[in-house]
Amino acid sequence: MLALVGYYEPWWIQIVKSIVIFAVALQLVPVVLIAERKIMGRMQGRYGPNRVGPYGALQPLADILKLLTKEQSRPSTSVGLLFAVAPLISILTAVAAFAIIPFGNVQHIFGTRVGLYGVDVSVGPLYVFAFGAIAFYGIMLGGWSSGSKYSFLGAMRGAAQLISYEVSQGMALVGVIITSQTLSLTGIVTAQKGMWYLIPQFVGFIVFLVAGFAETNRAPFDLTEADAELVGGYNTEYGGGRFASYYFAEYLNVLVVSGIVTTVFLGGWLLPFGIHPPGWVDPFVVLFKMSLITFLFIWVRATLPRLRYDQLMSFGWKVLLPLATLNTLVTAIVVVATH
Amino acid sequence: MATVDPNAKASLNVSGWNPGDDVIEVTRTPAPGAARSTWRTFRETARGLKTTFGRIAEGTNTIQYPEEKVPVYPRFRGRHKLHRFEDSGLEKCVGCSLCAAACPSDCIRVVAAENTPENRVSAGERYAAVYEINLSRCIFCGYCEIACPFDAITMGHDYEMSDYDRDDLIFTKEMLLAEPLERTPLRNEGE
Repeated sequence: MLALVGYYEPWWIQIVKSIVIFAVALQLVPVVLIAERKIMGRMQGRYGPNRVGPYGALQPLADILKLLTKEQSRPSTSVGLLFAVAPLISILTAVAAFAIIPFGNVQHIFGTRVGLYGVDVSVGPLYVFAFGAIAFYGIMLGGWSSGSKYSFLGAMRGAAQLISYEVSQGMALVGVIITSQTLSLTGIVTAQKGMWYLIPQFVGFIVFLVAGFAETNRAPFDLTEADAELVGGYNTEYGGGRFASYYFAEYLNVLVVSGIVTTVFLGGWLLPFGIHPPGWVDPFVVLFKMSLITFLFIWVRATLPRLRYDQLMSFGWKVLLPLATLNTLVTAIVVVATH
Repeated sequence: MATVDPNAKASLNVSGWNPGDDVIEVTRTPAPGAARSTWRTFRETARGLKTTFGRIAEGTNTIQYPEEKVPVYPRFRGRHKLHRFEDSGLEKCVGCSLCAAACPSDCIRVVAAENTPENRVSAGERYAAVYEINLSRCIFCGYCEIACPFDAITMGHDYEMSDYDRDDLIFTKEMLLAEPLERTPLRNEGE
């Protein structure tokens, strides 16, 4: 088994790595929070938060502190245990999915070889989709156990949306997997040495990205929390730390999708034109590419209005899925023909 | 009976109403399976993204309120002021209570007293011993200003009157006579 991984990591390196990944993920979320509010503010002709700290930089800290010091209340109709567990599922799956994003190649740190990622699973994309599917339980259980109609409707929408878009998302990745001939995310990155998959797999990139918007319940597919119709969707009844968990998980999911897109389509830590920087630059390259995709998320949210529910469904099944299937088919034919 | 206009489109003219030039060509969202409409959606999305991105360069329209203020017009009706004669220093108010009578929200209270040679407060026969405006009731209609025969009360430009206590919003004569802190920028002519 270890031979497959190609190197050996001592147990303490694994623990340090998991702590570092968790810490980095937790530091990135507030950055995305403030970036979203500032960028959307600029796009709407206003400043966004600018009172707390220099240029409002401490606003997410203030928000999170406010939420954490609030009373934890729950409706009398709710199912207590599930109501408390659901946000945890959301945040857990988001962090778990973050573990496989490769931030760099194998490095020599403390005299041992360390891969700059949590785990290099041999079934990378499957791992991501598995946790994406479990994340849906966080939304569904949260909405159902609230004992509120709005929450329940939001959760139902989330369920239907997730099932519809996960198919296209998976299909979009199949083209990449056929081309790279590996399921390991680091393998996919190294397979992009010649050319990033953004160019040969452009259709797959678009489909994956659009499905990613839907997977993370972000605009224009944020029907699960359509404020105008559903008050707050699945998290209507949540407040305090539990709401903060949901909020956190949402932005962490954005980062995870950005990370996967970076890894699979934007060449991970690779730089174009054959530039080979020293190994310690790799994580920054990945973070930079991730921030570009995250900016795209924010940009799209500031631009597109929310879809109607039937539009969402027909778009997923009648446009995205055929496109992704066609992309897979064409890729397969091309790969077989050129081999 | 409405006659059918030969120029109007037949499909639009069911009711006999001639839409004429008001008709706007409506392009619907993509019909499923149509490559052209998919392209149109893609193009329009890109156009929308371009628009929002362009807004970043345009800058903001925010006025940072407590630090920056929008100047008020000269006829802005803010907090009231009571006036004195500039030369003699006597109060213009003669305690006639016409402002209190004109006030639609009944927030002015005037108690008049006689001027005596030893204690001469106003230019007239009487003066306002008590003059109170309850600003938590005032609707800033300016009727008191119009009712006043001596221009003793006018509406100022100050609008920052929030306070922690309702009682603090009852302004007495001394407070209204005092030279107000000019916290509000005035808009100049032509601005």
